[in-house]
Amino acid sequence: MKTNDVILQTVTKVTVFIIILFSLRLFFSGHYTPGGGFIGGLMTAGALVLLLLAFDLKTVANILPIDYKIVTAIGLLFAIGTAAGALLFNVPFLTHAFDYFTLPILGKTSLHTAVLFDTGVYLVVVGVTMTIIQTIGVSD
Amino acid sequence: MINLLILPILIPLITATILMFFSKQVKTQRTIAAVSTIGTVIASVILVITVSKEGIQTLNLGSWTAPFGITLVSDMLSALLVLTTSIITLLVVLYSFKSIGRDRERFYYYPVVQFLLVGVNGAFTTGDIFNLFVFFEVMLMSSYVLIVLGGTKVQLREGIKYILVNVISSALFVITVAYLYSVVGTLNMADISQKIASVGQPGILTAIAILFLIVFGLKGAIFPLYFWLPGSYYAPPTPILALFGALLTKVGVYSIIRTYTLFFYHDPGFTHEMLGILAILTIVVGCVGAIGFWDVKKIIIYNIVIAVGVILFGISTMNGEAMEGSIYYLIHDMLIKAALFLLIGVMISITGTTDVRKMGGLIKEYPWLGWTFLVAAFSLAGIPPLSGFIGKLLILKGSFSSEFYVGAFVILASSLIVLYSVIKIFLTGIWGVPKEYKGISKGHARYLWATSAVLVLLSVFYGLGADALRPLFSQAAEVLVDPQIYIDAVLKE
Repeated sequence: MKTNDVILQTVTKVTVFIIILFSLRLFFSGHYTPGGGFIGGLMTAGALVLLLLAFDLKTVANILPIDYKIVTAIGLLFAIGTAAGALLFNVPFLTHAFDYFTLPILGKTSLHTAVLFDTGVYLVVVGVTMTIIQTIGVSD
Repeated sequence: MINLLILPILIPLITATILMFFSKQVKTQRTIAAVSTIGTVIASVILVITVSKEGIQTLNLGSWTAPFGITLVSDMLSALLVLTTSIITLLVVLYSFKSIGRDRERFYYYPVVQFLLVGVNGAFTTGDIFNLFVFFEVMLMSSYVLIVLGGTKVQLREGIKYILVNVISSALFVITVAYLYSVVGTLNMADISQKIASVGQPGILTAIAILFLIVFGLKGAIFPLYFWLPGSYYAPPTPILALFGALLTKVGVYSIIRTYTLFFYHDPGFTHEMLGILAILTIVVGCVGAIGFWDVKKIIIYNIVIAVGVILFGISTMNGEAMEGSIYYLIHDMLIKAALFLLIGVMISITGTTDVRKMGGLIKEYPWLGWTFLVAAFSLAGIPPLSGFIGKLLILKGSFSSEFYVGAFVILASSLIVLYSVIKIFLTGIWGVPKEYKGISKGHARYLWATSAVLVLLSVFYGLGADALRPLFSQAAEVLVDPQIYIDAVLKE
């Protein structure tokens, strides 16, 4: 008998978006409430793993043609770049800066360079998790 | 430039990240790795000059003042170690070009070596005990990768042992830091030192001191905790072995020096005597191993254990002169161990065996290799005017003036055994009856020899220029004898 994953795949298509939205929310709320780059990245990776469970490695690679090792490297660059940006202003390494800006829709918002650092963490976590899972999944 | 002391950590970190983008292009990898490591060496030279002119350099990361943020501290000891580490890594990277093989180079070899450099330089520079743990992990993670990279059977077997031992010791490190934090309530090393001095090191802190000795002893291979080292270091290929032998155990030794001179100096009758006894036993077991084997790798590996014992014995005496000797010997040992591992690596690739009884007569075909090895061997044993001499002499003078006769005698006797063990390699492997070898070509061997000869040359200059370098070592020892200098530099009262 041929197995049929249609229920799993349909549910996955809906759920993955919800999980990714929630992970982004966790990521952006890290400064004032529990959350941040690590848990956000882990949850995004969780959504991608759900895709891998419902479909197979090849299909997911077609949907998202991403080399996760490069994602890790880009994440590291983000984090180091944010930290090393302090060198340009001759202040100690890792010194962050923030200010209030009036944005079109959001209104008065505080923007902090720590978010860029967190983006680095987020990308590294997604990259490393997905590299581990894909590498284990591929080798037989 | 206030960020000077982070450059030896930052440059390799950026390099490693950039190298991750094109792992398959071996030529680009080599060029970038070599150029940036030269950059690291230059940055650390500038750092040493700055520290010698302006005293201890500190940097409060993120502009948070001293006890509250992470502080990086570069005193003379750590600046010199950072410089030595960078030089050794540079030469090992150059040696790897023709030795490590394309397969390994295509699988992130150079990025991982850069990460190892980040970990070691960071561990030498940090002024925060938990940050020290993090840099230990950076260093260990990279060493896990390097030990299994290539995936031969022996590497995987020894890799498992190595990882197991280090995971346990890292867990113990965290537990020890947790105990320390619950007692003193701070993680900044200068602040810890001050807090311990204000309570006068009661029993609980002495217990924590012994826990630290166990943790760093596992990393640095002192007497009962050295058991993992001979097997694990035997597995990886030569350039990686040279990095491990020259750098990894020395980070453990540096951490013992730092904690025992900065934190736990109030009850030397117990802690330092224990350190002294363990150091002597370490020398003894190292000597037994160095005599017992006919395998070139094993002989040099057991010589690491002996050197760790000698350095720690100098520290345990708490004598200014002996400490200066220990610092001098520590740097000498890093240079000469890297040189020896690289040289026996050349011998192994020529002859295709690690058993010294199957080698012989290398001096006929490869005189340059033979004589360089002899100089390195004499330098290791401490024959004047080579670099091993002054360090041991100062340690001996210090221990005689503090009346530690047994230790001094053991160190003297160990020098003979060290000399015997390396001369054994010279007499049977390099002298002796010539044999037919079908290893690497002569030009290939000459390249490998040239990079290792640079290290031998450096160590010869290091020995000859001991007088000129003396002020640097006095400055380094000053901080170990009087921790108040360190505290004042960090907390800036």
